[in-house]
Order: sequence, then C-alpha cells, then structure tokens
Amino acid sequence: MERQYETVRFILNGREVERVVDVRASLTDMLRNDFRMTSVKKGCEVGECGACNVLIDGEAFNSCIYLAVWAEGKHIRTLEGLLGPNGELSDIQQAFVEESAIQCGFCTPGFILTAVEILESGKEYSDEELRKLLSGHLCRCTGYENILRAVKKTMYRRLGKGLPAD
Amino acid sequence: MYDMKALYQARSVEDAVALRMAHPQAQIIAGGSDVLVQMREGRRAGAELISIYRLDALRGVSLEEDGTLRIGSLTSFSHITRDPLIQQYINVLGEAVDQVGGPQIRNIGTIGGNTCNGVTSADSASTLHAYDAIVELTGPGGVRRQPIREFYIRAGQVDIREGEIQTAILIPRGSYENTFGHYIKYAMRNAMDIATLGTSVNVRLSADRKTVERARVAFGVAGPVPLRAETAEALAQGQPVSAELADRFAQAVKEDINPRDSWRAARDFRLHIAVESARRAFLRAVELAGGAL
Repeated sequence: MERQYETVRFILNGREVERVVDVRASLTDMLRNDFRMTSVKKGCEVGECGACNVLIDGEAFNSCIYLAVWAEGKHIRTLEGLLGPNGELSDIQQAFVEESAIQCGFCTPGFILTAVEILESGKEYSDEELRKLLSGHLCRCTGYENILRAVKKTMYRRLGKGLPAD
Repeated sequence: MYDMKALYQARSVEDAVALRMAHPQAQIIAGGSDVLVQMREGRRAGAELISIYRLDALRGVSLEEDGTLRIGSLTSFSHITRDPLIQQYINVLGEAVDQVGGPQIRNIGTIGGNTCNGVTSADSASTLHAYDAIVELTGPGGVRRQPIREFYIRAGQVDIREGEIQTAILIPRGSYENTFGHYIKYAMRNAMDIATLGTSVNVRLSADRKTVERARVAFGVAGPVPLRAETAEALAQGQPVSAELADRFAQAVKEDINPRDSWRAARDFRLHIAVESARRAFLRAVELAGGAL
C-alpha cells in the first residue's frame, strides 16, 4: 500500500513548527515521535484515560483520538510549555508537588493541562464543578483528593483569595 | 498510527460531497471520538476516511430569520453547552450534551457525529427527538431536510444517502418557543459512561401556568432508536398541572417504550427507571416553567 503524507504547520508551545507526517498518525504519535514531547503519554489510546491530554487553542483534547494532520494552524500546548526559562515549575505543577498529587506520575501531565484550562478560565468553581471538570482523567495510584486539592489551591491563589476551610 | 487505508480531507462542504461521490465506501469522520476508537479496536481497520473535521463553516449556533435555531453539525458538545442562544432557548440540550463522556470528549465530540452514528444512547438524541429537530443534509442534489424521527432507520443506521453529509440540526421556533425542559441520564458513573437510559421532557404551560399546553417526552435506550412516548404526551395535554398528573404521565410512558435486556441493565429495570425519570423530569420541567405544584 502506498504511504500518504501531508505537511502540517502549527504552533507548538509558542513556537511555529512544520512537519511532514504520515496521515495515519495520531497527534500523540506526532508530538512524541517528531517533537519528543514525552509528557504526552500513551495510556488507553481510546480517549478514556486522559494521559495524552493536550491543549488545542486553549481547550483540552485527548491527543490519542485526534489526527496529527488536524493540528494544521492550531496552537498546541503540552506540559513542556509550562516550564519557566530556566526549567522552573509553574504554580500548578508546584501545587501538585506540595499536595502529593503525584505518585507514579503517568496521569500527571494530562491532569495538569486540564487544570491549566480550568485556571485560565479565571472562574471560581465549587468542588463539585471541579470534580466534573477533572473527570476525564484516570489516576491509578495517588487518588483524586490530592489532585483536587492542588487544583483548588492554585485556583484560589490565582484569584487572590484565601483557601476556604473544608 | 491508525490502521487507515487513506485519508481524504474535505476543504469545503462541496468538496466533502465530491469526495463522498468519488469514494462511496469511505467512512465520514467528524470529531472521531467514535470512528477513531472503532478503528483502534479493529472494527474499522483498513478503512478509508473522509475527514470533515476542519470545515469551520459547519461550527456554531445561529438564529435564522424565521426563528429557527441552527446548530452546525460540527459544533462540539462543550460549545453547545456554552452557547448563549442554546442557553436562552433550549437549555436542556446544553445540559444533556454536558453529560456526554468527559470534558475532553465534549471538546471533540460533535452533535452531527452523535446523531449520525445512529445509537440510541446518544445524549443529544432524546432531547432532539423531544423537540422535533430537523436534520439538514447536503448532497449532490442540494439540501434535504428531514425530521429526526425519520432520520433514524434502525440501530446504528441513519438515512444519509449517496454523496450526502449532515450539515446542521435545526430546531423550529414553534417547537422550542416558551418551553422548559429537563434531561436525566441514568448511568453507572457520573462521567465517562454511556446512558443506561436517557429521558428528556419539555413542557409549555398556559399563561397562568396552571395548565399543560404541550408536553413532550423522548427516551434513549428505551428501544433500538431514540423514541417519543406519545401516549403520555397526549394524556398530559390540556391538563391542570399537578403532582398527580406527573404520576399518570410517567406511568403512561410504558405504553410506547420497548427497552431490551442488555449487559448494562435488564428490561424491567429500564422500564422502572423510565417511569421514575419521566416523573422527575416532568416535575422539574414544570418547575422551570414556573408552574406551581
């Protein structure tokens, strides 16, 4: 069978990039193999676990069920794009560390990018709303309470408010 | 890598129609949250795909001159939920599609894909049936409009003809005007699950809010395709609003539904939750409409 390739141009973590990709590639395949964005994990590969989550034009998408060629013209952000110029952690990453929201770390990049979408909305969400907004991710070790706490803490910090007592 | 034979990317609706004519065996892919998963599982291995995902002309919600609400087929679930026109005129649809999968699925999944895959459990389908939505299809002969009830042929099969793609879902003004609705998804989990049963009810009350002018109820997973329970609708029409009416309305849905036994739930259980969901959704819809119980 003849292979089919297409040129894709997009913005990856603020930088314009271009690649010729096999049309059969998922966005996960392209980000990992062509750009070494290894924070984008291959988990279930059927859009259920959220380990491959990236931000496309500011919204969270499972990159495993997104064709690489659809990236054309999009702004795509991965966890690598959150680091400061000297590799400093962003506030949300730091909060995950502080709240012990990481054990094996496989779900972490996906969770953090969903958290970024939540935080960038600038809204204040209730616990119930946050649970729903985070529900597209599976964590098999630390559990969800610490993750929820890390997101909540960062949300209140960014809103310039104190964390309400539980 | 997906096990895909070829990918044809449509650049316009006309291009999509031309690609459909040129490759009749190819599968249309919108957001891909069904098609790509099926491909991964081997069910569509080796298929040719026609991607319409990048047709931005098919995104967004607008109001046509005659008051028809037009939802572009590629509008994602999350954009439907957040849309001000949806919130104003048919908020129940936004609430229903806010229960599909999880957040990432709601960002990629489209209302066109949700209806074209023809499954009875689609969270948008019962509400679209309850509002007599019209499906707009564009093909080589131009645009064809079809009531959603005729669009569904049988489980997994809808009436998309040679060369056609679905381009919009339309809700006529007479259907949504002055109505209030509520959707209940019954599933095992709150997220990332498929409905065991979906129930969508909407009501229009008289000016004094004491009488039901019109009531509609539709179900997903109460039959091989989404369906309306017309006996219950007729029973409620013109009746004074009361809790007792809600009970009779709910019992009457059993006349028209025909759920099956499946690994998710038994027929008897689905009948039970259909009655209870209809009752609760009716009461909530009446409450939203300002009716006193």
